[in-house]
Amino acid sequence: MKAGVSIRTNKGWRPGGWLAAFMALTLAACSQPAGVRDSVILADDPAPKLSDYGFFADAGGRELAEGVVAYDLVNPLFSDYASKYRAVYVPGGKQAAYSADDVFDFPVGSVLIKTFAFAPDMRKPEEGERYIETRLLIRKEAGWTAWPYIWNAEQTEAVYAPVGGRHVIETIAPDGEALSIDYAVPNRNQCKLCHSKDGEFTPIGPSARSLNHDGPHGPNQLADWTARGILSGAPDAAPAAPAAFGDTAIAERARAWLDINCAHCHRAGGGASNSGLFLAWNETNPTGWGVHKRPTAAGRGSGDDLFVIEPGKPDESILVSRLQSVEPGVLMPELGRTVVDREGLALIREWIAGMAPSTP
Amino acid sequence: MRALIAAVSVLALAAACDPGKPAPIAPGAEAYTQLQTRLQDAKAGDVIELAEGTFNFTEGLSLDVDNVTFRGAGIDKTIISFKEQKGAGEGLLVTSDGVTLTGFTMQDTKGDGIKSKGADNITYKDLKVIWTGGPLPTNGAYGVYPVESENVLVDGVTVSGASDAGIYVGQSKNIIVRNSRAEYNVAGIEIENSMNADVHDNVATKNAGGILVFDLPNLKIMGGHSTRIFNNQIVENDTQNFAPPGNIVAGVPTGTGVLLMANRNVHVFGNTFDKNKTAHVMVVAYSESFDDANYNPLPRDFVIRDNTYGAGGNDPQGRLSPLAPALGGSLPAIVWDGVTGYGGKTEDVRIVVREKPEVGFISLGLGTTPPDLTKANPSMTRQPDAQIEEPAAVVLEHDKPAASAAAG
Repeated sequence: MKAGVSIRTNKGWRPGGWLAAFMALTLAACSQPAGVRDSVILADDPAPKLSDYGFFADAGGRELAEGVVAYDLVNPLFSDYASKYRAVYVPGGKQAAYSADDVFDFPVGSVLIKTFAFAPDMRKPEEGERYIETRLLIRKEAGWTAWPYIWNAEQTEAVYAPVGGRHVIETIAPDGEALSIDYAVPNRNQCKLCHSKDGEFTPIGPSARSLNHDGPHGPNQLADWTARGILSGAPDAAPAAPAAFGDTAIAERARAWLDINCAHCHRAGGGASNSGLFLAWNETNPTGWGVHKRPTAAGRGSGDDLFVIEPGKPDESILVSRLQSVEPGVLMPELGRTVVDREGLALIREWIAGMAPSTP
Repeated sequence: MRALIAAVSVLALAAACDPGKPAPIAPGAEAYTQLQTRLQDAKAGDVIELAEGTFNFTEGLSLDVDNVTFRGAGIDKTIISFKEQKGAGEGLLVTSDGVTLTGFTMQDTKGDGIKSKGADNITYKDLKVIWTGGPLPTNGAYGVYPVESENVLVDGVTVSGASDAGIYVGQSKNIIVRNSRAEYNVAGIEIENSMNADVHDNVATKNAGGILVFDLPNLKIMGGHSTRIFNNQIVENDTQNFAPPGNIVAGVPTGTGVLLMANRNVHVFGNTFDKNKTAHVMVVAYSESFDDANYNPLPRDFVIRDNTYGAGGNDPQGRLSPLAPALGGSLPAIVWDGVTGYGGKTEDVRIVVREKPEVGFISLGLGTTPPDLTKANPSMTRQPDAQIEEPAAVVLEHDKPAASAAAG
C-alpha cells in the first residue's frame, strides 16, 4: 500500500510463520491444540469465544495463526473511523474460485475475519489501540453465516455477542478533530442486511476489484493468494477499483466510494432495492445512480430536496444531506455509521458540485 | 493514563433450552437483549411473547426466521417505545416469510415503524403504530411498511402520525388491508407499484390524503394494477400536509379523500366520503418529468361507482387550487386531470364514473403529462361508461378463520 494515498491505511495484522509457530509451541502447555480448528468453524453453533477457532497465535488476537492471511481492500467501507484488520482462512488444500465480477466463490470451511479497532488518536492508529469487535463470516455447507464477537476490557478474549451492543469511543479523527462515537456493534440480523444479495448471505469485500492491489504483505493480493494456494483461476490482468482517495478522475473515485459504502444495499437484490437507487460502480443509468432521481421511500430523509443528485448543487442533493446527517431515520448508511465521514462527504460534494447543471 | 475508551460489553447468553413455553418477556433493562436474542434464535413455529407494560428500546428489532409469531398482550397493553432510539431505520424489520405480528403498540420510531421486506405471507394483526407528538415532519415515514412481498395481510391496525403513509404497501402482490384505521398521517393508506390489492372496511380520517394508489417510475416493480377500494370510511381528511418537500406525498393536496395516480384497473366503490375539502376522489397522471421507457404515467381502466358522498371540495388546496376560482371556488366530488397522453402518445384511458347524476365530476382536460395548468380545458361531462372487469377478490392462504383466531 502506498503511504499517503489512503487516509485509512491499515498496518495490518502481523503474519504467522516462525513467531506464530513459536507461540504455538509455548502455548502447547494449554489444554487445546494450537492452530485453526476446522471442526469449530464447521460446528452448527458459534463458539462461545473467538479464541476457540484458533485464528490467532496469541490471546490478544494480534498475531495470525499459520494459514490465516491478512488482506485489505482498495476502498474500505467507512465504519466511524475504526481501523479494520481483515484476514482470510481457506481450509488446507482448497482454493477460492476467481470471479471477475462477483465476490470469489470460497470453499466450505472458509472464514473471513474482520476486527474493528480504535486508538485514542486515529492520526496514530497503532498507539494504544484497542479492539472492539471481531466479525466472522463463515462459509458453511448451506451458505455464509455471520457471527459477531466483542472484545473484553482486558483485550485478552472476545465473546460471542449475537445482539451486538454500543461502545462509547472518545478519539481524535485522522483530520485532528475530536470525536465522540456511540459505536454500534451490529446484531446478527443487521450483519445480513448489508451482506445480503437476493436473499442469500454473501461477503462484500473479497472481489477482484477490491483486492487487486498491493496488500499488507507487500505483493499484489491476487498474485499473493494464488501463490499461497488459496485462490484459483485469477488471470494476469484482473479488474481493479480506482482508489476513492487516489488521483484518478473525480467521477470514477466518487462512484468507487459509493460502490463500497452504499451498493451492498443500493443494488438490485440488495436491502434498498425498493428505493430504485442503484449505486454500484457498474450502474449505467444516471437516473439509477441518482441524477434527477426523485426519492421513493426516503420519507423525511428527503428533507427539502427534490432529487438524489441535483447536478452542480450538492446542497440541494438528498445524497449529500443524508451523508451529512447523524440522525437515525435520516442518516445513510442506516447501519455502521454514527458520525459523519467527512472525507467521503467532501468527495461526494466535490463530485456533484463539478457536474454541469441541467434540468430534469 | 485516563481511560480513553470506555467499553460496555453486551453478553448475550443463549437461553437454556427449555422444552416448555418460555415466559413472556417483561419490561426491564434486559428486555431488549432478551427479545432480540429470542427473535434471532427463533425456530419456525415459535411464538415470541411480550408481557404487558412499556418497553423502552434504543435499538431496532429484527426478525429473519420464517413462520414466527411475535405477540404482545394487546394494543396499548404492550407498548414498545422508541423515543430514545439511536439506530436502525425502523422499529422492527422483518425479512422472513410467514410471520405474524400482533397485539402491541409501537411508539415514536425515528424512521419507519414496522417494515417487512421480501417477507411473504405476512400478517399484521391488531397493532398500533403511533407518533405520540401528533403529526410532525420529524416523525418517521411509514407506520407499517410491507414492501417487495407477496401475500400481505394488514388487519385491525391503527397508524397515527406518519410523515409519509400510515399503512404503506409497496412493490408487492396480493394484498389485503382491512378493518384498519389511519389518522393524522400525510397519507392514510397507500398502495404503490403493487398488484391485486383489496383495501376495505377501513377508516381513513384526519390525514392530508385518505387512501392513495400510486404507480411510480424508475422502480424494479412497476405497472401497478388491480386494486379495489371498497366499504371504507374516508372522512375529514383535513390535516395540513406536513411531509418534507422532497417527498412524493408532499404533493398530496390537504383534504383529498382518495388519490389515484397512474396505475391500471382500479375500482372504488361502496365507500363513504365526507368533509374532504379538496376533493373526495382525485384521479391524476404522474405529473413530473421522468426518464423510464417502461413506465406508463396514465391512470387507465378506472371505475368509480356506488359511493356515498357528503360535503366536500369546498376549499381546494394544493396544486389544483388555482383552478378552483374559475369553477366557483369549489371542486366537485370526483376530479380527473383529463390527461390521456404522454411522450407524444395518446391512450383510451377509460375513467368510468358510475354514480348518481347529482354526484359532481370534472375533467380538467389537461391532455398531456407533464401537465401545463394554463392549458386546462375543464368539462363536467363524464367519460362514456365501459365494461371494465373488476379484479377477483384477493384471497390469502394464511388468512383462514383458524389462523385469525389464533392470532387474535
